This record gives sequence, C-alpha cells and structure tokens, in this order.
Amino acid sequence: MITKKDLDKIKAATLTENYLDDSREGIRVTVGMATCGIAAGAKPLFRLLKEGTADLEKVEVKMVGCIGSCRLEPMIEVYEGSKRTTYVFMTPEKCQKVLDEHIKGGKVVTEYTIGAADKENASSITEMSYFKSQKRIVLRNCGTIDPENIDEYIARGGYEALDKVLTSMSKEDVVNTLLSSGLRGRGGAGFPTGLKWKFTMAEADQKYVVCNADEGDPGAFMNRSVLEGDPHALLEAMAIAGYTIGATIGYIYIRAEYPLAVERLKIAIKQAEDKGLLGKNIMGSGVDFTIELRLGAGAFVCGEETALIASIEGERGEPRPKPPFPSQSGVFGKPTVINNVGTFANIPQIIVKGVDWFKSTGTEKSSGTKVFALGGKISNPGLVEVPMGTTLRDIIYNMGGGIPNGKKFKAAQTGGPSGGCIPVDHIDTPIDYDSLAEIGTMMGSGGLIIMDEDNCMVDIARYFLDFTVDESCGKCVPCRIGTKRMLEILERITTSKGKADDISKLKELGKNIKLTALCGLGQTAPNPVLSTIRYFEQEYETHIKEHKCPAGSCQAMIAYFIEAEKCIGCGLCARKCPVDAISGEKKQPHKIDRSKCIKCGACMEACPVDAIYKR
Amino acid sequence: MSDKAKYDELQSFIDEMKNEKGPLMPVMQKAQDIFGYLPFDVQKFIALGLDVPLTEVYGVATFYSQFNLEKQGEHSLSLCLGTACYVKGAQTLLDRLEQELKVKTGDTTKDGKFTLIGTRCLGCCGLAPVMMIDDDVYGQVKADEIPEILKKY
Repeated sequence: MITKKDLDKIKAATLTENYLDDSREGIRVTVGMATCGIAAGAKPLFRLLKEGTADLEKVEVKMVGCIGSCRLEPMIEVYEGSKRTTYVFMTPEKCQKVLDEHIKGGKVVTEYTIGAADKENASSITEMSYFKSQKRIVLRNCGTIDPENIDEYIARGGYEALDKVLTSMSKEDVVNTLLSSGLRGRGGAGFPTGLKWKFTMAEADQKYVVCNADEGDPGAFMNRSVLEGDPHALLEAMAIAGYTIGATIGYIYIRAEYPLAVERLKIAIKQAEDKGLLGKNIMGSGVDFTIELRLGAGAFVCGEETALIASIEGERGEPRPKPPFPSQSGVFGKPTVINNVGTFANIPQIIVKGVDWFKSTGTEKSSGTKVFALGGKISNPGLVEVPMGTTLRDIIYNMGGGIPNGKKFKAAQTGGPSGGCIPVDHIDTPIDYDSLAEIGTMMGSGGLIIMDEDNCMVDIARYFLDFTVDESCGKCVPCRIGTKRMLEILERITTSKGKADDISKLKELGKNIKLTALCGLGQTAPNPVLSTIRYFEQEYETHIKEHKCPAGSCQAMIAYFIEAEKCIGCGLCARKCPVDAISGEKKQPHKIDRSKCIKCGACMEACPVDAIYKR
Repeated sequence: MSDKAKYDELQSFIDEMKNEKGPLMPVMQKAQDIFGYLPFDVQKFIALGLDVPLTEVYGVATFYSQFNLEKQGEHSLSLCLGTACYVKGAQTLLDRLEQELKVKTGDTTKDGKFTLIGTRCLGCCGLAPVMMIDDDVYGQVKADEIPEILKKY
C-alpha cells in the first residue's frame, strides 16, 4: 500500500537521481519524443545520446513529450544547475557536437540553440519572447518529464491531489472546489465541470468515468500532446472523478490515429496499478478504481459524447437523443461523467493549488488557460497555452510569429468543422467561451488554423462541409441530406457553376439544419459556411457572379501563365510538368498548353525566376 | 501464419473478451490486426464467437473507416487531409499521388504495393503537409519529393 510518505520519498529520490530540479548536481539531457519529434528524426538522436553518455557519470538522458515548437523539431535540451539550453533542428552530426562540446566539455554550442535559429538572444525556449507570455498549467509537465516513468510525474507533485482527495476531502468538497474554480469543459462547449460531476452524484449500483480522447477536429493536437507527454495527469484526475461520483471503472476512449499515445497510456496505467495508485483499495482508502482503454476506429462523430458511449458499448457510433444526459444514463445505461483530456488535466492542480490560484488566471467567466494547436499559415506552428482572454492578435503575432512569406492575415478558424472563422476585424477579441460565441464561432477543442490571402474562404467552407458529409453517421435526416445539399451548392460555387440564389439557399438550409439535427455534429455543421458568409459574402458573390476566385485557389477558375519577359528558358518547368504541358526552345520563353495542364502548380514551384503566375 | 493459426489466435482473444462488456470493437480490431482486413468469413466467425447477429458485425465494420472489408496493399500510404495540411496544399499532393500511383484515393495499386488513403488529421499539424507510409511520418512534403519517397518502398 502506497502512502503520502512513499510519494514524498519517491519525489525526493527522483528529483536527485534524475536531476529534475534546479538544485541538480548532474546534467539532465532530454529529447523531445512525441509523434512530431519522432517524425522529425528524434529516435536516432536519443540512441546516440544514450550510448554516448553510457560511461559518463552524473549525466541522465531522458525522453520527454512535446516541447511545443513543432517547427523546430527535432529538439534536445540540456539542463545543468539552473541553466537550460534548447537545441533545435538537430541531426546526428549536430547532436554529436553537442555531446562532445557541451555535455562533455561544458561549453554551449551557441550556433545550434533556439536563440540562434530564431535570431533572439536566448539559449532556452523559456527565454524566447514567444514563450514568455504563455502560462503552462495543462502542459506544465509536457516536454519536461519522461512520460513513461511514473516517478518523474510523482517528483513533480503527481498523485498528491489524489492523496489529498482520498484523505481529507469529502465528495461534496471536491465538487464544490470544481464549481467555485469555474473550470469549464475544454472539449469546446464550455459546460461547467463541477456541475457535470454534481449531476452524477445520485445513488446507483454502477457508475462510470469516461475520458474523451477522441480528438477528431482536424488541425487539433492538444490532447495528443498531453497523452504523449503527461499521461499520469489524466489518470490521476480520472481516479479523483471515480472517488467523487462513486465509480469504480473508467474508460479512456482514444482515437486509433494516435498509436504512440495509446502505447504511453498503457504503460502509465500499468505503472499506476503496480504502485497501488489505481486498482483495488487505492492508497489504502478502500476506494477501487480501474481504467481501461477503448480504441476508436476512425469515426469523427464518436467525439460526440452519446456516440462515444455507443462506441464504448461496441456499437455503431451513432448519437442518441438527449435527454437523458450521460449523467443520468451513460455507458451501459449507467450514470457517467464524461470529460475531455484537457479538462481532466487541470483538475489535480486545482485540488492541490486551490481555487484562488486557478481563478487568478483567465477571465471572470472563463477561468484558467486554454491550449491551442496553432497551425496553417503561421511562422511558428505548435502548441501554445495562454490565459483565457488573450487576444487572437497576441497569439498570432506575438507567439505565432505572424504570417510567413510577407502575406496578409485573412482569417483564423477555431472549433474545426463545428466552428467558424474570425476575420481581421475581430482580431482583438479576447479569446474566451462567450466572446467567441458572440462573433459566430466557438472555442472548440483548441485547433486554431491561420489562413492568409491565398486561402479561399468558400473553398475552406467546402472543405469542412465535405468533412462533415463524410463523417455524418446518417441517423438523422437534416444532417444526412441537408449537409449533402449544402456541399453540392458549395461545390457548384467553387467550380464556377454557382447560381444567383445559392447564398440565400445556403443560409436557409444552414439555419434549418442547426435547429433540427439530432446531435452536436449536425447542429454545428453549418457553422463554417454561415460564418464565412457572414464575414466574406463578397468572396462568395465574386465566385458566383464574376466566376473568379479572388484568392486564386479554386482550380476551376484559375489558369497558369508564363510571363514571356521574365522566362529565361531554363526548361526546369517543362521537366517538372507531370503531363508534358509545357514546351519551348532552350533559352526562349516557354508556353503552357492549357488543354493539357492539370493545374498542379509544380511549374510555379520549380521556376527559379518567378516567371509563372496563376490567375 | 497459416489461416488455422490466425483463426486460433482470434478464437483465444474472443474467449478472453467474451465476458467483458462491449467486446465487439476490440475483437474486430484484433481480427483486423491478425488478418489485415475483415473478410466476410472472419466477420461470420466473430458473430458466431460472440453470439451477436452478423448484421451487427457488418454494421460496425462499415460504420468505422478504419475497418477494411477488402485486402490492403503491402504498404498503406496515408496523406493527412486535416485542416492545417489542407490549407498548406495537401490536395495538390493527393492529386500528385493519384497520378504517380495511378489509383484513386481509397484504392490499392495494381501491383498490390500501396493503398492510398486520404486520412483524418494525424495531429502533426506543425509539420504540415504530412504523409505517412506505414509507420514512417514524412513532414513538410513537396509534390516533387513524392517519386523519391515512393522509391524507398
């Protein structure tokens, strides 16, 4: 049986042995090994460092989760004393140099540091200007601890909240703490978490705790980072939920597209069970709680809670009408608390650090922070965690580094296929649940896709509708047929066949689908269309009336041309053209045969003198 | 592995899961792991083993996009069609892949080497556009690099 004393012992020992805190007497080297780090080539670096330091004393090499700056991967960090150095764009050669000169020789290899890459006077990510305005609550351990080592989680205060709850808090205390913290669902809709738990308190023979880790919104990977970088935070929070509502079984429903997260969760569950932090009689409290994984199989609608429940039960993931809500009748008809990964990840810290601490961040109605996955046309794509109420401008220009290639910001998309866009006029809106709803979009799970002048808003609307149509489960008519009709209209508009009344038809259809669809997927499906019409109606009209795509993105309305004055006749474009549509003599201006051209843009990419343009 | 060995492995997993709640999806996922896809006979085997109607097995198999009813290519080539990849030109890459492999998305090449899949967000948005061949992830892919990448397989 593990007790608080044991936790303290593990904490003290791990801090010292793994050189985890600033009083360290050795060197801690970490390699960012979340999915993106591994994709960028982190594994060989980890091996190299492990082998290269095997016979060194006082050096620990650890793998960690996502450090947050995907574009700089692979990244390694060296901690000595209170000094932290972040190396970016690592290769085995560069890594060898860091090993020889820094780890063995004690001299920072300045040219490979994050500061050198981003032209700032800094040697670690925490000193970078774009990092300083972030506040890490949910991501506090991501990129710092080894996610496959429970001791490192404990060393950072892990499982103290569980101990506190089990030894000194009543179930009502926990609910009241959550209620007064103002924590709202991070999955997107923003329902107060404490209330959800409270509704599930009534007596029942069996109850369940479910974690929604079916992060399906395209362009969102906040949950993946937590699952891969700090899985125990989730397990601890679920155990707290189990105690509070009186459930003995928890399910984590995770999408199968995240194989690494699944692997790390399995390891974490096993470690927690072995330590007596999950399973029977947790920490000698008499409370039982086990966690099982359930894998999704590629259905977006399963992120909707009732569909997710159906899927856990082994059925087609079709949503069910509400009420009854999961708090009354959830998994196998039993009362169920279901929360998103991000919501759970906040809870242990609220318990330990208190309501006032949590409420000191964020706005009055939306307390705490929000993690965003910043992607699309942005200089620094990656994860950012910011206090609620931060403006979009701050996120894009301060943390995101602005729009690359000197292009202009056009819109940001939040909430994925259920959300809408934020145009430049609203760039100073503070980001919280209520302000976003006011301007016609939603917080969503945290995907934040930035679009520039080259992105066509009609095409983006079409993209999302195409997604919804594909993912609609087909159970209710408004979603199954209505979204299909909307998609047909959008396809018409983007292929130069739009009709005069198409915009009003889209609006009417959209309104009706929102009112009548069965579940959240259908009810929000028209949002991307309605919101782009709201802010970019002119662009729709230009497509319909003038048969032009102002952004130059809709293929049916553009053609490629070679500017004869600029063309140097190098022939590179002709060689790159996959359909032999380009011809011309050497050193003479070339020409594109538009009857053959498939508008792939390979020529434009290849041209060394920018002589090719589209119109 | 022989067919018999495959069925034996599946049977022992079914026995293990039979008394769990909601066993159908885990069993089907295991079956796909073993067989690579879910042919009709395997679906029948699962229906019998778990004592559920075959229609239910088929219903689940057709609902989720990750269950394959047809044999897959030697390598699965997934191009991410998430938003971040899409705004960074994933469609152009998909067109190019269809051209290079001479297949439509969702189909397998004639030589049985690749199955081309337009997949949901892989969650590597910082590396967009992203392509995955089996377990190898390729980030910031350019259309021109595709032939080179394909040659590796």
